[in-house]
Amino acid sequence: MVTETTKGKYNVIGTRPIRHDGYDKVTGRAIYGADVKLPGLLQGAVLRSPHAHARIKSIDTSAAKAMAGVHAVITHADFPAAEAKLVDLGEGAVNFHYASNNVMAAEKVLYKGHPVAAVAAVDKNTALEAAAAIKVEYEVLTPVTRVLDAMKPGAPIVLEDLEGQDLGEKIVGPTNQANHFRHEFGDVDKGFAEADVIVEHDFDTAMVHQGYIEPHNATATWDEEGRITVWTSTQGAFAARRQVAGILRTSDSNVKVIPLEIGGGFGGKIPTYLEPLAAILSRETGRPVKLLMERSSVFEASGPTPGSWMNVKVGVKKDGTITAATADLRFDAGAYPGSPVGAAAMCVFSAYDIPNTRIDGYDIVVNKPKTAAYRAPGATHAAFAMESVVDEICEKIGMDPLEFRIKNGAKEGTRRADGPIHPRIGAIETHQAAMASDHWQSKLEKNGPDGKLRGRGVATGYWFNIGLKSAVTISVNEDGTVALTEGSTDIGGSRASIAMQAAEVLGIPVESVRPHVADTESIGYTDVTGGSRTTYATGYAAHDAAQDVVSQLRERAAKLWDVDPEEIEFANGSYQSKSDPELRLTHKELASRLGSTGGPVVGSASVDPEGAGGAYSTQIADVEIDPETGKTDVIRFTIVQDVGTAIHPSYVEGQMQGAVAQGIGWALNEEYFFNDDGAMVNSSFLDYRMPTSLDLPEIETIIVEVPNPGHPFGVRGVGEVPIVPPVATIANAIHDALGIRLRETPMNPGRIRAALDEKG
Amino acid sequence: MVEKVRVRATLNGEPVDFLVAPYISLLDTLRDELGLTGTKEGCNDGNCGACTVNLDGRIVDSCCVLGAEIDGSTVETIEGMAEPGRLHPLQQTFLEEAALQCGICTPGFLVSAKALLEKEPHPSEERIRFWLAGNLCRCTGYDKIIKAVQKAAELA
Repeated sequence: MVTETTKGKYNVIGTRPIRHDGYDKVTGRAIYGADVKLPGLLQGAVLRSPHAHARIKSIDTSAAKAMAGVHAVITHADFPAAEAKLVDLGEGAVNFHYASNNVMAAEKVLYKGHPVAAVAAVDKNTALEAAAAIKVEYEVLTPVTRVLDAMKPGAPIVLEDLEGQDLGEKIVGPTNQANHFRHEFGDVDKGFAEADVIVEHDFDTAMVHQGYIEPHNATATWDEEGRITVWTSTQGAFAARRQVAGILRTSDSNVKVIPLEIGGGFGGKIPTYLEPLAAILSRETGRPVKLLMERSSVFEASGPTPGSWMNVKVGVKKDGTITAATADLRFDAGAYPGSPVGAAAMCVFSAYDIPNTRIDGYDIVVNKPKTAAYRAPGATHAAFAMESVVDEICEKIGMDPLEFRIKNGAKEGTRRADGPIHPRIGAIETHQAAMASDHWQSKLEKNGPDGKLRGRGVATGYWFNIGLKSAVTISVNEDGTVALTEGSTDIGGSRASIAMQAAEVLGIPVESVRPHVADTESIGYTDVTGGSRTTYATGYAAHDAAQDVVSQLRERAAKLWDVDPEEIEFANGSYQSKSDPELRLTHKELASRLGSTGGPVVGSASVDPEGAGGAYSTQIADVEIDPETGKTDVIRFTIVQDVGTAIHPSYVEGQMQGAVAQGIGWALNEEYFFNDDGAMVNSSFLDYRMPTSLDLPEIETIIVEVPNPGHPFGVRGVGEVPIVPPVATIANAIHDALGIRLRETPMNPGRIRAALDEKG
Repeated sequence: MVEKVRVRATLNGEPVDFLVAPYISLLDTLRDELGLTGTKEGCNDGNCGACTVNLDGRIVDSCCVLGAEIDGSTVETIEGMAEPGRLHPLQQTFLEEAALQCGICTPGFLVSAKALLEKEPHPSEERIRFWLAGNLCRCTGYDKIIKAVQKAAELA
């Protein structure tokens, strides 16, 4: 279901063409990172730490090096000393010193799965056998894996050289606290004093993984000129280039990254893991080297999203007006600083207009893999806490939960708790569409079959979205088609959504645009596919590059007709003289005459737009729970979301549905399970249980379009905000069904049974 | 070095005759020895279905079968699904219904779904969801995949 705003306004935007890269992807022809083959290719393997926290006393590689078919064995000693400097990666930053230690442990291993050595050999099996022959002597240390434990005095120290911060002051002595920041606005004490009802609770969430199906991979060459070429599945070729260059102490321009098709990322394929290792192995062997990550290592040693401890307190008047709110958000960063607690703080109260707020955020290092972005990083945690509290408030004051969210809803001009003023946003429109939905209007029979109990929950969520840098070039072919070159890797149909925006401007069918994702030497700097920015910012660049083409074609027409370019009007794909209507050429006709009017036309644009505009999603879930087993089935789910303008509605719906599916898994099943030694013990798809087709109902989508004034076609980021509300939505539905409030994830059968037993 | 085993089989309708070390999985045999990289590795332990192929009429996770085991067998992979110049109806409906995002799980889903429709031309939604539960997709939430399979079934 699509609202009517886009309908009829555009020729291409809002239609559902077949994506350009689709044919290769349904026939098996598409080349993903693991599919790369090069002459003389060696295969690599990585030896990883079995311990969560240990000092490396010695590494003996002699037996491995002596094996037939082994070409090189490397350890951290083969890495240059990386600079301890923070470098911007577009979405998030990287400290090269820590990044270098993360891809290959130096003095200490900080989590199970931390690489300690790597091998290049003639084939995979030889490499694996050689890796197994490396002898590492460890001094095992006590691990700390939970954020509150890591904050206790006397806790094991994860990073001896960490310079912790507390409210801007340097912490003296060893600490696991990388940072503590605060956003304060108004007077929360006064606000709570004005409240009639105050609800405050603690929340605890388990670490979860993005769960992309394609494991990490990298192939690299290091040539005689010192130039490094990397083939990889990455969310950002330029971000990968910067990390490889930073870790290997060379300039960005010395590294060329060729992005292959990417099998899912959700934020987890922004960091590099294997790329620098493959490059060094190539330096040592003089041959291309390929590394593939095992699934267990994807869980244990790539970047999941944090576990967290949170406290949220909200005060309201009897009429439902929020008077004050505070949040204390403590996130585990993993082994190195950089959890998404900052983003969580930007989102926690941002669906509401609250006069008095205080938010504390803590970034805490623990013996777990370094966390990475995962789809609206931090916002899902924050919404779980806030939206659970709001649901309880609505219950206490007897107010309809959607009415409450409309009454207190953020709108244009509302100040976000961390400072910025909201531009035109669609929070209220999204709640209203949820309220009018068939799902919300339908009655839920509370008693299911076989003694099962049903409940309905609702929650909302906010994500700010980002703009950042994108470049696009468009070359006009003489047959009227155009080749569009972009630097955004396509994870879910963005070639189509970007090509559609160019086609709209040029007035040609989308099939006449051939989009191509280029390497770092074939297109201008482009930031990662992340932050819900690709269709927004790279689409913006495509719009501008297409306008550049139009202005050049207008000049060609002027030359042909010997008139002033100002004299020529462009509309619906045709160039026409204002004074002589006989003088008219379509884009295609004009393209065929480029050779005789000055040669090929290439349009280009590089953008860094700042008006990404925030997005909202409001969701409704019906669950059916067997009180005997504690198993929850989601029997109906509706997601409502403001997308600004839906460029390709099918892929917009796909983003919404996919994020909800991930959110349902997060709510009900998924968690990193650590044993007392700090080791993850469920690092397979069998034991880390993601939803299958049988676990999910149809996910109904309602697209709301409140055009974003910060984009020529009104686009807002789409991919992330849909994962913000699901965990809270499910928690609220469980409460409606059973009368229990679960404040820990996952809300699995064991937790539900325990809560029912406690309730009695 | 372990001695390689000679294998003769039918792969996507063509006879193949090759040598493979006895410990190499069918997945790696297809990808590394026979050059068919359309079959994908997601977990290498039989839990994601990205490497699904059809072996003598049954769908299997090719990471859990040895290459040497297919001697005398008939194997179909994603590369054998389309006729020259003409997609299989499932491939067409997957495109039309936007049933893929990143596309890494798509070959496995297509091979699985084809086997279902050959066995049961008009399965219910529940039946499709059950049949495809061995194939993980993390992008789509499955909805559009189910609809694409239903649409292909209607076309048949």
